[in-house]
Amino acid sequence: MNEQNAARTAFMQVLKQYGGIFLSLIVLCVIFSLTNQRFMSLANFLNVLQQVSVIAIAAFGMTWVILLGEIDLSIGSIIAVAGMVGAQCLAFGLGFVPAIALTLLAGALLGLVNGVLTAKLLLPSFIVTVATMGIYRGLVSLPTNGAPAMILEPAWTAIGTQSFLGIPIVIWFVAVLFLFNHILLSKTTFGRRAYLTGGNREAALYSGIKVDRLKIMIFMISGIMAAISGILLSSRLFSAQTNAGMSYELDAIAAAVLGGTSLAGGVGTMIGTLIGALIIGVLNNGMNMMSVPYFYQLIVKGLVILIAVYLDVRSKRAKQ
Amino acid sequence: MTSPDAVLEITDVTKTFGVVAALKDMRLNVRAGRVHTILGENGAGKSTLMKILAGVYQPTSGTMTLDGKPYAPRNPQDAASAGLTIVFQELSLCNNLTVAENILATREPSTAGFINDKALVRKAAALVADLKLPVSVTARVGELSIAQRQLVEIAKGLSIDAKVVILDEPTSSLSDSEAEILFDIIDRLKADGVAIIYISHRMEEIMRVSDDITVVRDGSYITTREKADTTIEELIALMVGRNMEEIYPPREVAAPLKTTAPVLAVSDLSREGEFSGVSFDVRPGEILGFFGLIGSGRSEVMNTLFGMRKASAGTVAIDGTEVSISSPVDAINRHIGFVTENRKEEGLVLSHSVERNISMVALNAFASRLGWLKRGRERVAATDEVNRLSIKTASLDTIAGALSGGNQQKIVLAKWLLTAPKILLLDEPTRGVDVGAKFEIYKIIRQLAAEGTAILLVSSELPEVIGMSDRVVVMSEGKVTAIADPDRMTPEKIMSFATGFPS
Repeated sequence: MNEQNAARTAFMQVLKQYGGIFLSLIVLCVIFSLTNQRFMSLANFLNVLQQVSVIAIAAFGMTWVILLGEIDLSIGSIIAVAGMVGAQCLAFGLGFVPAIALTLLAGALLGLVNGVLTAKLLLPSFIVTVATMGIYRGLVSLPTNGAPAMILEPAWTAIGTQSFLGIPIVIWFVAVLFLFNHILLSKTTFGRRAYLTGGNREAALYSGIKVDRLKIMIFMISGIMAAISGILLSSRLFSAQTNAGMSYELDAIAAAVLGGTSLAGGVGTMIGTLIGALIIGVLNNGMNMMSVPYFYQLIVKGLVILIAVYLDVRSKRAKQ
Repeated sequence: MTSPDAVLEITDVTKTFGVVAALKDMRLNVRAGRVHTILGENGAGKSTLMKILAGVYQPTSGTMTLDGKPYAPRNPQDAASAGLTIVFQELSLCNNLTVAENILATREPSTAGFINDKALVRKAAALVADLKLPVSVTARVGELSIAQRQLVEIAKGLSIDAKVVILDEPTSSLSDSEAEILFDIIDRLKADGVAIIYISHRMEEIMRVSDDITVVRDGSYITTREKADTTIEELIALMVGRNMEEIYPPREVAAPLKTTAPVLAVSDLSREGEFSGVSFDVRPGEILGFFGLIGSGRSEVMNTLFGMRKASAGTVAIDGTEVSISSPVDAINRHIGFVTENRKEEGLVLSHSVERNISMVALNAFASRLGWLKRGRERVAATDEVNRLSIKTASLDTIAGALSGGNQQKIVLAKWLLTAPKILLLDEPTRGVDVGAKFEIYKIIRQLAAEGTAILLVSSELPEVIGMSDRVVVMSEGKVTAIADPDRMTPEKIMSFATGFPS
């Protein structure tokens, strides 16, 4: 009985904090299940999660960066670099585990470059990551002169195609990384310092927070999350493509902002970002099932983002 | 109460937000050619009243007349066209634009949408010259000092022909000489028959400029006095609703002996272009005051001691050992705390809760070695600080930005007290804080000194420095001009050292 109550209050709290966004998600689900009977099924739900996994994981990293009042536009390119690094490592004959390790390391390094340029040279992250977006995208083509690289390693491709305990492995990835980021953000001093620094950088500095180091570490988290997204994407495609993850940074930003992360910094949660990513996934999936042409999908997606964010802003203003 | 020369009359104005009454049956009668001061603690309803007058809020009930005609502004533009202008205490200037562009913002002389730059500069220059302000109209606002920006703000407010001018804490960042410029302007406005509504926390200044003084408390009108008929003591008592025997609480524990070894010794500290050859020491339990005009280098010395800036020469010793402090982290590790001059910019994360702000510096004390937060411990510590410093907040989860200035300042104090500092730097700790909260902050400072904390108290309010300090360091133009026992020095003498003209 008590447990039920606790669950109910927790649910009410989520509803209160994410009311507008949550409502949008439910409304979308209702609309799509009315237009297509196959929409409301476990199989399709898993399908949506699978489709949204690459964006969701990248969006977890993006949430950290936006929370700090910065932006990372290079993650789409990092997704592609990660796939290519993995493919090259495997082609070179390295095993699965070293290939994964080097891929993650590449993501961390590219994030480190973004972080150092932003924190130490005091360049705006928007400009830094616009530049590195181009540079990293160019790097992808270096090993193959622009051709895709096939991935034949069964362990690598299993990530995107196999299931564990009846649930696709990519969904396990989303779940574990959600929990990791959620706990790191809400339960540790690291997360707290990110919130405080995003809320007021000067005050954080005067309070003895190592603001520069924090910023660099967060860009590295963003890079690592993008690299994991890149591993997922390349395993689904059985190859590393030079144009993989193109403009994914925009979907990741949309997911974070839909979930209530403030571009001004200091406000945001991983739960919100997960809901935001689900909205994008449900939209894509529902419209595909309705056979809506791609260009209409783009228009609808843009409009939904505007409406959802507006509802959220309005409900928050009403509370004040 | 109605007088023939009344310009602005307010009768029984009430403003409620939901069930909370921010203003109850407010009355005001502002007369032409006179300065009418509204006096009250933060949260007494002054801001609400000003926002109603400026058309930002509409009253729930009550009537207002301006120049005999009903006055019900629906927005600030209405208020301006009816002849009421307001100079805000928060700076509302665009730093990237010039002084002239700011002063005449939205009213630039133009033809077909193209701004006539020459006419703009001419018009603004005429206005600035008329007000005798020491600023160039072609300078970018971002290059000006805070005090000069405040003067520009005043010029902007006065660029409209107004019958009523509201000045909301106009001197909060002005030095005495700059305040004199403002007082001259006020005198000329009075001579022109303009009515002035004046808001300030500085009692001496209020007694100087006011003709009439209305006291408000808890959203209610208390009384109106002519200046000649009242005293500072009476006004303070009316404002806080209780008698305040003293503005500065006396020492209860004796000051440390002169033979006590200093906890902090600074010698020949210099920073190019800011200050040079600064030497002083402070003993545990001592309150060392720092007095100087704006630009004297006091805040710069504090920032350097805290590791925000690098010294170009000189040494700092703590407990007799020379130390190098190159970042706030270094300073905090050496048990130095720093309540900065601008609490909103450097002290608080306004969008975060009271609790999170209080635990901000000492965060590691509420976490395991791996960084896992122990929320229970954090909450207990924050609760203790809220009770100890009697911080008035609805809950620990209220955002810091929702609190009054005095309570915000106490939060900044609380976050440093949790680190148990040996040396506490206080830069203008009572700026923009009402009288009641000021007294409480003074008591906290006394208490800390009694517990052995060495305190460096920077202030531009001379009575505060004299009332609180065991010794005073006087600075002028980046140099220490005197270190004195305040009992042996008259305020005039300290001021003459501060202005660099010791007589």
